[in-house]
Amino acid sequence: MSDFPHTPPKMSWTFSNDVNAEIRRAAATGIYDIRGGGSKRRLPHFDDLLFLGASISRYPLEGYREKCATDVWLGTRFAKNPIHLDIPITIAGMSFGALSGPAKEALGRGASAAGTSTTTGDGGMTEEERGHSKSLVYQYLPSRYGMNPDDLRRADAIEVVVGQGAKPGGGGMPLGQKISDRVATMRNLPKGIDQRSACRHPDWTGPDDLEIKILEIREITNWEKPIYIKIGGARPYYDTALAVKAGADVVVLDGMQGGTAATQDVFIENVGMPILACIPLAVKALQDLGMHRKVQLIVSGGIRTGADVAKAMALGADAVAIGTAALIALGDNDPALEAEYNKLGTTAGAYDDWHEGKDPAGITTQDPELSGRFDPVLGGRRLKNYLKVMTLEAQTIARACGKNHLHNLEPEDLCALTIEGAAMAGVPLAGTNWIPGRNGGF
Amino acid sequence: MQTFDLSKDGLRALNSSLHALKGQTNMTAWEVINPKGAHAIAAGVDAPVEITVRGSTGYYCAGMNKQASIFIKGSAGPGVAENMMSGKVVIDGDASQYAGATGRGGLLVIKGNASSRCGISMKGIEIVVHGNIGHMSCFMAQSGAVVVLGDAGEALGDSLYEARLFVRGKVKSLGADCIEKEMRPEHFAMVEDLLRRGEADHKAKPEQFRRYGSARKLYTFNIDNAAAY
Repeated sequence: MSDFPHTPPKMSWTFSNDVNAEIRRAAATGIYDIRGGGSKRRLPHFDDLLFLGASISRYPLEGYREKCATDVWLGTRFAKNPIHLDIPITIAGMSFGALSGPAKEALGRGASAAGTSTTTGDGGMTEEERGHSKSLVYQYLPSRYGMNPDDLRRADAIEVVVGQGAKPGGGGMPLGQKISDRVATMRNLPKGIDQRSACRHPDWTGPDDLEIKILEIREITNWEKPIYIKIGGARPYYDTALAVKAGADVVVLDGMQGGTAATQDVFIENVGMPILACIPLAVKALQDLGMHRKVQLIVSGGIRTGADVAKAMALGADAVAIGTAALIALGDNDPALEAEYNKLGTTAGAYDDWHEGKDPAGITTQDPELSGRFDPVLGGRRLKNYLKVMTLEAQTIARACGKNHLHNLEPEDLCALTIEGAAMAGVPLAGTNWIPGRNGGF
Repeated sequence: MQTFDLSKDGLRALNSSLHALKGQTNMTAWEVINPKGAHAIAAGVDAPVEITVRGSTGYYCAGMNKQASIFIKGSAGPGVAENMMSGKVVIDGDASQYAGATGRGGLLVIKGNASSRCGISMKGIEIVVHGNIGHMSCFMAQSGAVVVLGDAGEALGDSLYEARLFVRGKVKSLGADCIEKEMRPEHFAMVEDLLRRGEADHKAKPEQFRRYGSARKLYTFNIDNAAAY
């Protein structure tokens, strides 16, 4: 050994432990990493924004005494029966198959108790969710698993899914181990095989066709149901404009933090845009067409708190949707189950192998023993509580900004902590009047 | 016979009238005149009635049909009988793209040719085509049966699941995971039955057909099959 001091071991930023582990995993297995959830990157997000609050120029409302309304109408453009929700926080589409029957029931119970809607997913409508959901949005997906006119007619709204934030341009891939008899029957597929959900609809291509497809759905449902179009956060200005052109009552816009049941990690982390970057572009498309507030905008992807809700609405959304947060409220990734997560080679908070069906919380599984652990009544109560808290938080902020309805929040109520956040949200960097890319400023 | 002039009374009135037919009705025979390529004609019908459309239709005629027998005395636009649940749709002329897409039941008879993606993602429907079918037909077809008296275009049955495909003529190419399979006695019987119900038994014999189905190699992901994806 020389007496000269050695350079201490230095890890590469480019070839980090995480990166190297993935290279070794790929080399050993020969399959790309499939997982659930949304992007885990650190992305520009609502955390990059702050509310300014009232001051001399703005008059605040008194907390607990002066009303700050939270209700929202969805589907007022064409539908005979638009949906009226007490709160603007909806439950995003999650499939039976991805989730257990009791978990779907809990989502319905919690949402209904809080005065909001739930949404089916890529697997058809179950009695658990229809029976327990006061307002149920029925997804119309490329796979058309379980699609039938009776369920279309007993839905409260129909959501034509063009894309989702976790995988704009991609289809899902729940693996065979999660495909139980019931899931297989609902999807007209053999038990135990991988489900290759298509990325394109089988019977229309492009916005002109979509307009006719929506006409057909409206005819079948007697023009009663609001028609939503869900898009992933890829090209939100043009996609929103084309959705309006195609006849949407509501546009659902999902950023890359939005979860999925099962897709390639490389897809989740490298395709699409964060929701913060998407909302202003979608709102601008609606404003340019004179359709803002006439076609409602629901945004999703990383909504966690009432502050996130308020910020999304201040940027121009009419409502938000939550998926991952709702699952956490139900009990997903709970540290109380740490020992069981450890047995699966993971830890509470990081568990994302939802496609393997081994969820110890009984939520993202079809295993009867595991799903039997989950109490849908308790889960529903937890979700209701969480939704109520988020609503109260959003109201608190709105009152502080002098707004008597969450819809009255506006970009002027916001500033940004980061240059990226300011540029994406189109609000000034804190302490300046500079909106990067918009004006000279200082 | 109820005669409905679509050019005069409009699509909404037609479909409202047809949707109002529930259970037992004496208004079992309907005739639609002047369709002029309109879209969504007789979409979402759920009654055991007979509807004759005198002319050609646009997109999604007979979409999601349940129980009804719908006869198109012309050609059909894209997505005819899409997601059909039960009943029967018979087209005298040709059918455009996506005929019978995602259909879950019932019988679709196309007496002319069908364009691309016929039977795409089908889930139990039976389809009889007297002529040819276009490229990518039966893509991701899950279950049900297709009988083609003519030829099939490129990539027949790509990513096929359990649907059964029978073609009398040439197949330009097979899609990923679709292979030719042996015609066993039950398959001859199936084709014979479909030819009869598809009004084609005077045109072809079961022994003239070849059967195509899934090799089932893509059912569970394997990196060694990656070239097929």
